[in-house]
Amino acid sequence: MTSADDKASLSVQGVTVRFGGNIALDDVTLAANPGCVTGLIGPNGAGKTTLFNVITGLLAPNAGIVTMNDRDMTKLGPTRRARLGLARTFQRLELFSLLSVRENIRVAADIRKGWSRDKDNPAEAVEKIIDRIGLRDVADARVDSLPTGQCRLVELGRCLATKPQVLLLDEPASGQDETETAQFAVLLRELAAEGMAVVLVEHDVRLVMDVCHTVNVLDFGRIIAVGTPEQIQQDPAVLAAYLGSTAP
Amino acid sequence: MDKFLTFTIVGLTLAAIYAIIASGLVLTYTTTGIFNFAHGAAGMLAAFTYWQFRFVWGWPTPLALVVVLLVLGPLFGVLLETVIMRGLEGTTDTVKLVVSISLLLFMIALAQLIWAPGISRPLPGFLAGNKPINLGATTITWHQAITIGVAIAVAIGLRLVLTRARIGIAMRAAVDDRSLTTLNGAKPNLVSMLAWAMGTSLAALGGILIAPGPGLEAASLSLLIVSAYAAAVFGRLRSLPLTFLGAIVIGLVEGYLAGYLPQNQYLTGMRIASPAIILFIVLLVLPNPRLRGRMTRSREYFPTPTLAGAIGFAITVVIGAVMLATTLSDPDLITYGRVFPIGIVALSLVPLVGFAGQISLCQLSFAGIGAIVMAHLGAGGDPIALVWAVLIAAAVGAVVALPALRLSGIYLALGTAAFAVILDRWLFNLPVLSVFGLFDINLFANGSVSVDAIELFGRSFDDPGTQMIISAVTFALVALLVIWIRRGRLGRRLLAMKDSEAACATLGLNLIWTKLSVFALSAGIAGLGGALYATQLTSIQPGNFELVQSLQLFAITVVGGIGAVGGALFAALSLYAFLPLLVTLWPSSVRWVGLLPGGAGIGLGRNPNGAVHDVREGFLPLLAARAVLAAMCVAVAGAYVLRLTNVIDNWAFVVLLILFPVIATIAAGLSKPRAVEAAAGNDEEIRDVPLEWRGIDRPWTKADLEQLDRYLGLKEMELHDVR
Ligand SMILES: Nc1ncnc2c1ncn2[C@@H]1O[C@H](COP(=O)(O)OP(=O)(O)O)[C@@H](O)[C@H]1O
Ligand SMILES: [Mg+2]
Repeated sequence: MTSADDKASLSVQGVTVRFGGNIALDDVTLAANPGCVTGLIGPNGAGKTTLFNVITGLLAPNAGIVTMNDRDMTKLGPTRRARLGLARTFQRLELFSLLSVRENIRVAADIRKGWSRDKDNPAEAVEKIIDRIGLRDVADARVDSLPTGQCRLVELGRCLATKPQVLLLDEPASGQDETETAQFAVLLRELAAEGMAVVLVEHDVRLVMDVCHTVNVLDFGRIIAVGTPEQIQQDPAVLAAYLGSTAP
Repeated sequence: MDKFLTFTIVGLTLAAIYAIIASGLVLTYTTTGIFNFAHGAAGMLAAFTYWQFRFVWGWPTPLALVVVLLVLGPLFGVLLETVIMRGLEGTTDTVKLVVSISLLLFMIALAQLIWAPGISRPLPGFLAGNKPINLGATTITWHQAITIGVAIAVAIGLRLVLTRARIGIAMRAAVDDRSLTTLNGAKPNLVSMLAWAMGTSLAALGGILIAPGPGLEAASLSLLIVSAYAAAVFGRLRSLPLTFLGAIVIGLVEGYLAGYLPQNQYLTGMRIASPAIILFIVLLVLPNPRLRGRMTRSREYFPTPTLAGAIGFAITVVIGAVMLATTLSDPDLITYGRVFPIGIVALSLVPLVGFAGQISLCQLSFAGIGAIVMAHLGAGGDPIALVWAVLIAAAVGAVVALPALRLSGIYLALGTAAFAVILDRWLFNLPVLSVFGLFDINLFANGSVSVDAIELFGRSFDDPGTQMIISAVTFALVALLVIWIRRGRLGRRLLAMKDSEAACATLGLNLIWTKLSVFALSAGIAGLGGALYATQLTSIQPGNFELVQSLQLFAITVVGGIGAVGGALFAALSLYAFLPLLVTLWPSSVRWVGLLPGGAGIGLGRNPNGAVHDVREGFLPLLAARAVLAAMCVAVAGAYVLRLTNVIDNWAFVVLLILFPVIATIAAGLSKPRAVEAAAGNDEEIRDVPLEWRGIDRPWTKADLEQLDRYLGLKEMELHDVR
């Protein structure tokens, strides 16, 4: 996928987002390194999806900057950012519902082919990705007919077709069963091993602790802890936030 | 100075009327999310009704006003809301638009049915007999004074209702969040009913106030009121104070243009078109909307056309045209020959609206541009003019699209409608323009221009039969092009963009460029259709390419199925073959036949897959039963031979042409019942009710439970794992 030498890293500094009077993100800082899976967890409404929207350029922050490979992207539109190597999936699935699995991925491959100088054949690239995400059996099915777990894989496949350096995954495992999640964990590690910087938003704590190198915890729009999975599991602030939000 | 004052008063009077109408529009849009294109037509109907009561039946003015404004208007609004609009919640922008445009067409046709056009119906303004009020430097008529006073009263009244009355506050809440209104205890249905009652009443008031100026003419009055829509756009269709401000700007501009614009043939049209020009400019400076993700879970499904199906379709069209061309008389050929050129214009909507989900209400304007190019560059029958028609129309399409690109949905519809009005009312009516004496720009030469038949290899294709075949072949080729696009990279990309612009952008797609190309492509196709239409008409005038016709074609193509080429053929056949045929067979139908397109759009515009989809499903068993299909073709060919040898006449031939496929379909259904059932079974799965309706629309099953769990992202483990 990405060649090992062009090191990619995503960095978010001091991002603040206000919706009317509500502060959705409050001075958020976060970094994602190539070859690593960076976890971003937090209760519902913490601002995780909003942060992804800011990083991908779908939402302009009230303050703060977003850089990739030391390049300031804050002023760029989503298209330019994507072409610099950024890709994401959507929690609220944004699949192309009229198209099949294969066509969904093909759209992304064709887009990349359209602007890059890649020599490879998009049709072949799509087939490789279909095998990789394990959707060979349903390749010709319309995505609307698939269960959510597989839809999330299609979104991942679509991202891979753009050959990203930074990959943002918004709750990719929700809707997957246990075997699917286990396979997914393997795939995530592989992607990171290839040099991609992966940011993972996920509620499945076991998956997060399993695959992440670093975990960031977001609560009410603020980063309350950063560390290795082991550190995070012991962090009193995190425990308080989680118990506070899940206790009956 | 007094001239200035006089036209200030003229402008303020217009502003008052626009404000009244536009505030009604904003009220209905904000509470129900439906932009009512027929709002102006409601005002038009009210003006006619008032005229009937007051001047035909001789009712006293107050009684006539009370009945129209306080009884019929609100009742009509409630009727629209409950019968038509309520069912549109959760449908796509396109469907909403088609239904309200169809309503507009229906209401114009209804007015023309009740009040036959062409008869003078003087409608004097209020207290027209009284002497104008003297203001010193100038005078103001009673009608003007009353109009301005009424607008002020409406402004104050609306403010009081929306801030003081309980239901008004609920109305404002509905603007923000409809479901929230329910939580607050107000009944959203009641709120929207009230909004529609008030909104329609305001339209009626505006209609009665404006009609004395331009006079009672159904279509132009309905569209004139469209000017008021520009005021609503000032307020982004939401803010009433900004809407009033917009109305004042537009009214004054129009007033001063009336007073100070030099009276020459170049600029009179500009005054009439000025609200549309202002609308266009306002749309340009509107702030950028956020990128759209998936809005509603649409139920539309346009299967990828197969290659065999596409070729079959093309061949059938050409054979059909050859049969018509060799059997119909010349006058009939001229009537029905319009089907294919207009069909090409309808085809131009398929990639744009059907694939890309963009909206254009000015396809016939592009066709008009193609027609003009054909008339001027194709003089003498030069076929290269067709290429120019495509290129120039495409270029104009791109230029129109450029500002439109940032817009979507209703704003795009308004922008393209404004463009159509600017052409209709102004540019198409311009006399020859001399550009610095260097060259002349000649459009319709202030009337009509004649168009030469295409000439190729020294042969002029000027007989209507040959022209029909040329148009049909072109239609078939363009249909193949559209299908090829659908099956290829661009088609996938457009369908993707329709579903989620946000996803496309984050995958690196340049949305602007993609939209620009599909607009240019679509305008180019429309230009080609227009050029062929022009050769068929032999003489063209601006009236051939008006906004109303674009609206009709748009609505009926959606009824037919905007996602497939069959929908375009359906639209052209319905409007330009079926309706004239109906009138021929049943001459008295000419009075009400105009109601049909609007009626069809109101009723069928909601079927997201279009009528053609259902027709196709009906014919599937026939396509599978090869033997029956072959027999049918032979039978049709036989009938054709009988017709050519004059054994049977046209009517018998047409009856046979309709009868054979019907019999064949029935026969195919009988011969292969199992295959049919299997096909139907498949279909059931594709068309299963959406998840949220399962258990309501059909019995609940265990599989549904699993799917629901997956949909909500629940896992069995998690469900049991709660501490
Ligand atoms: N477009 C929006 N307008 C207003 N508020 C929003 C919008 N999007 C998100 N929010 C609010 O921002 C907060 C963070 O939401 P989100 O980023 O979706 O959280 P998460 O993904 O962590 O569950 C929530 O309180 C949500 O209601
Ligand atoms: Mg989220």
